[in-house]
Amino acid sequence: MQMPIPDASVIEHKDQIVARLLAVLPRDAVIADVVETRAYECDGLTAYRCPPMCAVLPSNTDEVASVLKICHELGVPVVPRGSGTSLAGGALPTADCVILGVAKMNGVIETNYDDRYIRVQTGRTNLSVTGAVEANGFFYAPDPSSQLACAIAGNIAMNSGGAHCLKYGVTTNNLLGVTMVMMDGTVVDIGGAYMDAGGLDLLGVICGSEGQLGVVTEATLRILPKPEGARPVLIGYDSSEVAGQVVTDIIKAGVLPVAIEFMDRPCIEATENFAHAGYPMCEALLIVEVEGSDAEIDAQLALIMKIAAKHNPVELREAKDADEAGRIWLGRKSAFGAMGQINDYMCLDGTIPVSELPYVLRRISEMSKEFGLDVGNVFHAGDGNMHPLILFDANKEGDLELCEEFGAEILKLCVEVGGCLTGEHGVGIEKRDLMHVQFSATDLEAQMAVKDVFDPKWLLNAAKVFPLDASEPRRVA
Amino acid sequence: MTPTSELELSDMIKAVNGPLRIVGGGTRPIGHVMGEVLSTAALSGITLHEPGALTLVARAGTPVVDIEATLATQNQRLAFEPMDHRALMGTSGQPTIGGVVAANISGPRRISVGACRDFLLGVRFVDGAGNIVKNGGRVMKNVTGYDLVKLMAGAYGTLGVLTEVSFKVLPAVEAETTLTLSGLDDTTAIQAMSAGLGSPFEVTGVAHDPAQSLTHFRLEGFAASVAYRADALSKLLAPFGIMQDTAGDWSAIRDVTAFAGKTGDVWRISVKPSEAAALAAKIGADAVQYDWGGGLIWALCPVGTDVRTAMIGTAGHATLIRGTGQTFHPEPAPLADISTGLRARFDPRGILNTGIMG
Ligand SMILES: Cc1cc2nc3c(=O)[nH]c(=O)nc-3n(C[C@H](O)[C@H](O)[C@H](O)COP(=O)(O)OP(=O)(O)OC[C@H]3O[C@@H](n4cnc5c(N)ncnc54)[C@H](O)[C@@H]3O)c2cc1C
Repeated sequence: MQMPIPDASVIEHKDQIVARLLAVLPRDAVIADVVETRAYECDGLTAYRCPPMCAVLPSNTDEVASVLKICHELGVPVVPRGSGTSLAGGALPTADCVILGVAKMNGVIETNYDDRYIRVQTGRTNLSVTGAVEANGFFYAPDPSSQLACAIAGNIAMNSGGAHCLKYGVTTNNLLGVTMVMMDGTVVDIGGAYMDAGGLDLLGVICGSEGQLGVVTEATLRILPKPEGARPVLIGYDSSEVAGQVVTDIIKAGVLPVAIEFMDRPCIEATENFAHAGYPMCEALLIVEVEGSDAEIDAQLALIMKIAAKHNPVELREAKDADEAGRIWLGRKSAFGAMGQINDYMCLDGTIPVSELPYVLRRISEMSKEFGLDVGNVFHAGDGNMHPLILFDANKEGDLELCEEFGAEILKLCVEVGGCLTGEHGVGIEKRDLMHVQFSATDLEAQMAVKDVFDPKWLLNAAKVFPLDASEPRRVA
Repeated sequence: MTPTSELELSDMIKAVNGPLRIVGGGTRPIGHVMGEVLSTAALSGITLHEPGALTLVARAGTPVVDIEATLATQNQRLAFEPMDHRALMGTSGQPTIGGVVAANISGPRRISVGACRDFLLGVRFVDGAGNIVKNGGRVMKNVTGYDLVKLMAGAYGTLGVLTEVSFKVLPAVEAETTLTLSGLDDTTAIQAMSAGLGSPFEVTGVAHDPAQSLTHFRLEGFAASVAYRADALSKLLAPFGIMQDTAGDWSAIRDVTAFAGKTGDVWRISVKPSEAAALAAKIGADAVQYDWGGGLIWALCPVGTDVRTAMIGTAGHATLIRGTGQTFHPEPAPLADISTGLRARFDPRGILNTGIMG
C-alpha cells in the first residue's frame, strides 16, 4: 500500500504551524510531541501506521474553523478523526498532516421528543446517543458493532450501518442535518430538524464522503420510539445454499425482520471455542430477529419457523425469554473476538445480491484453499453485506501481503456478481486501489468533481478513497 | 429529441448547443424551464426485478404504473409511495420513474420508511458534457465512493439526465387500517400526531385536514398485528378523543387532490411539526393540509403570496410547486456557492433544465 510522498515544505515548517495553532487553541488541545502524536498513528486498520505531524483536539465549531483556516492558508493537509475505529484506514494520518480529532466535542445540544430528533456534537459516541434518549423510550437506530467506541463523526463520514439496518436503514437514512466546516474555514449548516428540503441533496453526498468534503462538527439525528420488544430465533442448516434460500424465502414472505445474521462453519467453530454459546456444529447458522409486542413477535416467528422447517434445519431454536435471546446473540456478538483469538484477521465487507450468496461462499472457500489462508464468514444476510474474516499471521513474512491479495480477489468477486467493494466500512486506503474494479475513469472523475467543489486544494484526507494515480493531478496541482 | 439508448443520448448532448428541457411523463411541470424538449420516453423498460433480494432496476422513462404492476405480481411495492401530481398540476400523461427520482417524490409513508432517495440504490446518467456515469448499484448496502445517488435524487435533472435507476422495494402488506380523530384544532392535532409517531405502534401515515377537522393515522402489516396496534393506539390517544375506523383515502392525501382545480399558488413547506401550526396560521393561505405528522404543510395561497418572508425565524424550506415565482427556497451564500459549483462541474455549458434551481 502506497501513500503520497509527504510534503517536505510543510514538515520543515512544523514549528511555525504549531505556533499558529497554539494561538487559536488551548495549550492542551495541540499535540506536537513526537511521542504523543503516536497515539494517532493508526485507526482500526492497524496494519498501517504513520504518526501525524501534529494533532489538534478543538472543543467547538469555532475552534475547528480557526484550525482549518490556518491549515488552508498554509497548505497543510488535514485528516479528520472521530474515535479511530475505522477498519478501512480512513483516519490513517500522513506524515505531513494535522489530525483534527473531534473527541472532545461530545455534548448533547438539544433533544426534542415531539419532533423526534437529537442534536449532538459529532465526537459523541454512537451508543451514548441512544443513552441520552432511552429513558424517554427512544433510540438512535444505526448500531455498528463498534457502537461503544465509534463516534457519530465517523459514522457520518463512513455512512455506517449495523445489524438492524435491514429495517431501519444506515446512517444516511437517519441523518437530518449537519454543521460542517469547510477546508477554508467557512461554516455551513445543511438540513436541520425537518425533512427533504428542496435544493441539491448536499447532506446525502456529505454522508459517506470519508472526511474529504469538510469537518462535521454537529449533527441532527432522527430518533425513533423503542419497539415494545424483540426476540431472535436460531436456525442451523447443513448447507449454505439452503440457508441462503431460507433468507430469500423469509424476505419474499413479507416478514421484515430487523436482522438476519449468517455464520458459516469456521466461524461457528471459532465462536463456540471462545464464547460457548451452545451453537450447533453445522455448515450455516442464521439468527433472525423480529420486533413488536409479544403477540406480534409470536406470530412473525411462527411464520419464520414454518419457512425454516420446510428446509430441514438441523437446529431450530426460539428464544423464550431475554436470557435465551442473549445466548443466541452471544456467539454472533463475539465472532470477531473469537476469530481474533485464533490469529490476526482482516475483515472485508463487500456486498452481493443475496441470490448470489451460495455461489460466492463456495468461491471463497475454494480461494481459501488456493491461498492457504482460513476464512470465516459472518454477515448481515438480509442485505447481502458479507464480512469474510481472513486469518493471517502478522509476524510471518509475506502473510499480510498474501492476505491482502486474497481479500482483493474476494472483493473483485463481489463486484463481478453485481455487488460492491464495501457495504459499510468505507474505502479509505484499504480498497482505494480497487476502485477501478467497480468504477470507470469517468465514474471516478464525477466523484472527484464533487471534492473539487468542496475542497479545491485537495487538502482534506486527500490520499484516501480514490486511486492515487487518479487523484494525483488534483493533489499535486 | 427522443434518444433510444444511453449512447445515443450521450451523442445528442455532446452535439447540442442550446438549452434542453428534460421531460419524462411531463406530469410535474415544477419550475420554469425553457429549451428544446429531451424526452426519456424511449428509454423505457424494467431491466431487473429480483423479489427475493427486494430489488428492481428500470430505465428512467419507464411509467410508474408499469413498475407498480410488476411489483404487485410479487406482492411488493415502492414503499415511499410516490405522489401523482396530475390532478394538482392539471396535467395528463404518464408519470415516469425517472421523474420521480429527479424530483425526489415521496408520499405519506415517507414519515415512517423514508423518502424516494432512501430507497434509491443506484443511478446511471448522462451529464451535461455527454459523459455516461454510474453510481451506487443494485445492492442495499453500498458505501463505495461518494453517494452521487442521493445527489441525483431531487436534482431536477440539473446535474445529468437519468437513464436508469435501481430501488430497494418492500413487501406489500396484508392489512391496512385508518383511525381518525375529529374536531381537533391544528395545534392539538399536531400534538396527537406527534404522540402517535412517538409510540412504538408503527404508524405509517399521519395527516391532518383542517377543513374537515379530521386527523388520520394509518397502520399497516399483518392483520392480527394491525388489530393489536389499532387498539393500543386508540388507548394511547384517548385524551385526544375517540378514534373512528375510517376508509382513509391516502391517495387523496398523497396527491393533495383537495387543491386540484382551485385557483391559487400551491406551496410545499417542510418544517418541524411543532412549529407547523403557528407557521400555517401566518402565511396567508386559503387552505392548508398537513402530512408527515405536521412536518409537511401543503398550502393553497392567493397568487403571488410571499410565503418565505412569513417563514423568517422558522427553520424550514418552502417550494413553490404550482405558480409563477422562484421555485426553490434561496440558499444561504456558502450553500448556494456549493450548489452552483456542482452544477458547473456536472453541466459546464449550463444546458440541462437551466434556471430551475437557480
Ligand atoms: C470491532 C469493530 C466493529 C465494527 N463494526 C462495524 C459495523 O457493524 N458497521 C459499520 O458500519 N462499521 C463498523 N466498524 C467500523 C467503524 O467503527 C465505523 O466506520 C465507524 O463509523 C468509525 O467511526 P470513528 O468515529 O471511529 O471514525 P474514525 O475511525 O475516527 O474515522 C473514520 C473516517 O471518518 C472521518 N472523520 C472522522 N471524524 C470526522 C469529522 N468530524 N468530519 C468529517 N470526517 C470525519 C475520518 O477522516 C475517517 O475517514 C467496526 C469497527 C470495529 C473496530
